[in-house]
Amino acid sequence: MRIGIVCPYSWDVPGGVQFHIRDLAEHLIRLGHEVSVLAPADDETPLPPYVVSAGRAVPVPYNGSVARLNFGFLSAARVRRWLHDGAFEVIHIHEPASPSLGLLACWAAQGPIVATFHTSNPRSRAMIAAYPILQPALEKISARIAVSEYARRTLVEHLGGDAVVIPNGVDVDFFARAEPKKEWQGRTIGFIGRIDEPRKGLPVLMKALPEILAEVPDARLLVAGRGDEKEAVAGLPAELRSRVEFLGMVTDEDKARLLRSVDLYVAPNTGGESFGIILVEAMSAAAPVLASDLDAFAQVLDQGEAGELFTNENASALAASAIRLLRDPSRLAELRERGSRHVRRFDWATVGADILAVYETVADGAASVDTDERVSLRARWGLARD
Amino acid sequence: MTTLIWILAALIVIGLYLSWTAGRLDRLHARIDAARAALDAQLLRRASVAQELGTSGVLDPVASIVLYQAAHEARQAEEDQREVAESALSQALRAVFDEAEQAEAVREAPGGEQTLAELTAAVRRVPMARRFHNDAVRAARAVRRHRVVRWFRLAGHAPFPLAFEMDDEAPAALGERAAA
Repeated sequence: MRIGIVCPYSWDVPGGVQFHIRDLAEHLIRLGHEVSVLAPADDETPLPPYVVSAGRAVPVPYNGSVARLNFGFLSAARVRRWLHDGAFEVIHIHEPASPSLGLLACWAAQGPIVATFHTSNPRSRAMIAAYPILQPALEKISARIAVSEYARRTLVEHLGGDAVVIPNGVDVDFFARAEPKKEWQGRTIGFIGRIDEPRKGLPVLMKALPEILAEVPDARLLVAGRGDEKEAVAGLPAELRSRVEFLGMVTDEDKARLLRSVDLYVAPNTGGESFGIILVEAMSAAAPVLASDLDAFAQVLDQGEAGELFTNENASALAASAIRLLRDPSRLAELRERGSRHVRRFDWATVGADILAVYETVADGAASVDTDERVSLRARWGLARD
Repeated sequence: MTTLIWILAALIVIGLYLSWTAGRLDRLHARIDAARAALDAQLLRRASVAQELGTSGVLDPVASIVLYQAAHEARQAEEDQREVAESALSQALRAVFDEAEQAEAVREAPGGEQTLAELTAAVRRVPMARRFHNDAVRAARAVRRHRVVRWFRLAGHAPFPLAFEMDDEAPAALGERAAA
């Protein structure tokens, strides 16, 4: 199958959506499909052979953080050229409802279009205002995918219609086969995520840490992620600071080894998560998971069956659960076993087959994707009258 | 004179808007047709595999007859009986493949692995195709309810799109293939 995938965010900036697209593209290529990914990237960034640059992305504040987005004539022209040259049987757009390359591609294309909705933002005023503009573009999407039941619910509420739920994929064996590292073992609690992003929840964990250390004095916290380390431990009593170890940014291999090594993985995120890929990765590495009870997390953890949940933003609840778990090796072993079994449904073998099923359902008997000529005709009229 | 030009300009703008809306609606109808064809293909595929299983002799006689009868009725159903007949087939499949042992028995028969894979794919794809179809129907209805579309009869003679409602829940033993 000839498949075109549109990545909304800069290829050179690490992020969940970008990793998802990279893994999906590589998985599909391994299965023998022809895949081309259109992604924003600086012209000098080295790109894998299957990625086509859509030009440089401009940093714009959007949805609470700074997003790097593509818009304007140059990007639109590149999208059209890519659609024309690719002659895809199906195109897969990510995040079509945010102002991004995905939306541009949706405007410019016609034919079988599949779209994945990753985020689940609460309904914003901007979305309501943009609704009449978005609607004609979103109408072209033949199949919608939501990454979780929670994301689907918000999608249905905001845009109407329906979507199938296909979770994000993880290469389970990559994590399951990673070698544990000695110095990261022994009563260790793991945390992976941006240190300076409060929604990732490190402050909650830091608040809970003194309580945990009072009961389990030999516990250590390992933190992997970008951000100001001094600021992160500022609220902690000086004598406890040595119990926190910062690993900085880690490679994928080290991330897998870290997850294989820790006794407990804590995900104290306070919001803004629509899926929780890190929990899936932790379970793939057979790490027992303790997570805040966000809707998305509860769903990934099978409502607390495959990992434990604590009340969101409640540091003492987090501490109590962590202490109980760290003192109970049999429960930890049980969580490891349950997590490893549960996580198989997120493996690329399963997820990839489902996504291909969607492609085949919409591409069956339909014409291939092409540029939407109606748009250019109107544009020409528009220019003529100026 | 200027008034005339303004009226002319306004008419052109209205005309362009109407033509664009008609095009949008046309595209939506095409999308419904494609989605309906895909749904038909998946339903037929499911009924054929079920019928194959019903005649294969792998299952016990009661299960065979139940499956065969349901699959036969689903394929022969008139358009207005289709949703009921397909739902009945879903129920029959659920009744037969309620237990994992039944699926195992099919898997062990010669060629059973492929048949089971085909059936699993079909029961997974029917709800997908149905969701995509109903999503297209909803989008078309939203545009067709618009006042402008009704006043100017932009939908032409295209019939008012209807959603396809049926029970399409997958059998327990086939739905959770990921857990295997």
